[in-house]
Amino acid sequence: MTPSENEPMPVDAPSDGEVEMTGVPGLRTWRGVYFFVFGCFILWVMLLLVLTVSFS
Amino acid sequence: MNLLDFVVLLGSMLGIAAYGVWRTRAQRSLSHYLKGDKTEGWVTIGISVAATQASAITFISTPGQGYESGLDFVQNYFGMPLALIVIAAVFLPIYRRLNVYTAYEYLGHRFDAKTRLLGAALFLLSRGLAAGITIYAPAIILSTVLGWRLDLTIILSGLLVIAYTVAGGSRAVSLTQKYQMAVIFGGMVAAFVIVLVKLPTSLADAFTVAGGFNKLEAVSFSLDVHRRYTFWTGLLGGLFLSMSYFGTDQSQVQRYITGPSLRESRLGLMFNAVLKIPMQFFILLLGVMLFVFYQFEQPPVFFNQSAWREAVRHDPDGKLQGLQQEFAAACAQKEQYIRQWLDARHAGNREAETAARAQALAALDRSNAVRAEAKTVMETDDPGVKSNDADYVFVTYILDHLPHGLIGLLIAAFFAAALQSKSAELNALGSTTTVDFYRHLFKHKASDAHYVAASKWFTLFWGLVALGFALFANLVENLIQAVNIVGSVFYGVVLALFLVAFFVKRIGGTAIFWAALTAQTLVFVLYFSLNISYLWYNFIGCAACVVFGLILQAVLGSSRKTNVMRAS
Repeated sequence: MTPSENEPMPVDAPSDGEVEMTGVPGLRTWRGVYFFVFGCFILWVMLLLVLTVSFS
Repeated sequence: MNLLDFVVLLGSMLGIAAYGVWRTRAQRSLSHYLKGDKTEGWVTIGISVAATQASAITFISTPGQGYESGLDFVQNYFGMPLALIVIAAVFLPIYRRLNVYTAYEYLGHRFDAKTRLLGAALFLLSRGLAAGITIYAPAIILSTVLGWRLDLTIILSGLLVIAYTVAGGSRAVSLTQKYQMAVIFGGMVAAFVIVLVKLPTSLADAFTVAGGFNKLEAVSFSLDVHRRYTFWTGLLGGLFLSMSYFGTDQSQVQRYITGPSLRESRLGLMFNAVLKIPMQFFILLLGVMLFVFYQFEQPPVFFNQSAWREAVRHDPDGKLQGLQQEFAAACAQKEQYIRQWLDARHAGNREAETAARAQALAALDRSNAVRAEAKTVMETDDPGVKSNDADYVFVTYILDHLPHGLIGLLIAAFFAAALQSKSAELNALGSTTTVDFYRHLFKHKASDAHYVAASKWFTLFWGLVALGFALFANLVENLIQAVNIVGSVFYGVVLALFLVAFFVKRIGGTAIFWAALTAQTLVFVLYFSLNISYLWYNFIGCAACVVFGLILQAVLGSSRKTNVMRAS
């Protein structure tokens, strides 16, 4: 067992990742990318719901 | 299958494997062998993550699931986009910052060695079991319908994947997955188009028929805990299942930590978060369209026709042949009612439409009853026969209705899917055994070449274990569900280890170690004693582990304080 294994690591979400550019046109922050992905999820569920209701 | 089909099948499979071996020859560094050369862009990472998850079972079994139960299985994936967002935002930056080879190394940093080993052991156990299923599942179906020997199919496909995974490591896995996915998508899109073209009705009528037979119920908000797939089981159970699978299962972690930067890895995950639900939807819809197709074309009583022919040959009373005639009559009557239903709909006659639809539903019930009776007769005559034939629906359609060349492409697609997920699993099993057990417990300081050689031997070992399991496996569940059930039994606890590591700073190694063991035991007991959707075990295992961890930490913390006070 190495000494480092006994010491708790810092567990806060790192900020360096947020600083890195997303490179996605129109979505400059990672928060924006996550909202876009969440929006797509909501859209898929709504479309599936419409399909379910339309043909039940 | 004819010569053209075999040329397409063997050419694509052997060609891709040989390319993977050639491109990754002479890798001496452990980092290169286990993480690749870090040149993959986000598209390659995204495809590799998708390919690792989408095994042959996804493409063979899911259309059968759509045929039998409609679209409701798509809800299983509702938790996945949310899980991938959490992983991209929280898990991934930590893995990259610590520059780990395996996810379980992080547990060693955060807790202690025994918790790291427990996490790695649970992974080896669950993935080792699933690895057998991923190689067995397509082999049994393909060998049955193609008339090949099962053991030879398992051994040859198994040896091919072992060869290029052992030789090329992680980079070979990613490289081959890209081309294997191209074969799969080419095959699946072609099959989907042909199914639509061959439908004897318009697309609108096909959706009317599918909806009328309740095959298009994609979302259900039912709170019935016995119902396997609902919005809630998909969102909650699927969230925990996906977070555990993508965030803590080394076969996935190894795919996305290979990126050259955090950005590439994150975008690879987001690629999957956006595309997985529509991809599964279209595969299920393919199954639903097959269902519609077989309402106008006489389907076999039992889709595993090889087993059916065998059963008919050994049926002394001729019961099965009688049932076959009964089934044909029920299907003919059903087709007649469906045509009346559609005619009435086109004429705008609502009353006649409702009446014809009710008659068609009753005829469907009759034909299903005959099918069920035929399965009972088969099971009575031969208790060893597998009565679940949903996995044979798509393959039967391919062989009966697709042109030559395309048959070869589809069979190649199934094998490609089997190899791509298998290679990632073997790669991860080999890495975890090398890094978390061998290097950690037995050989602390050795050269990179030594660890690369060890990793190759362990990958070979796991490949042979999976082959052995596949040769002796016997499954009763629909295959895609079998894989998810195995995962769900273990994943909740593994996920809890990581969630506590990330978010609950006050719980230490000893408390979480015993909490995890207790929670895993609880999940086993509940699994064998309750009848609830298996997706709930992801949530139960995770919640139990966290709660037990908090309680144990409180007890251990107070006893430690007491000891300190006594000592002072």
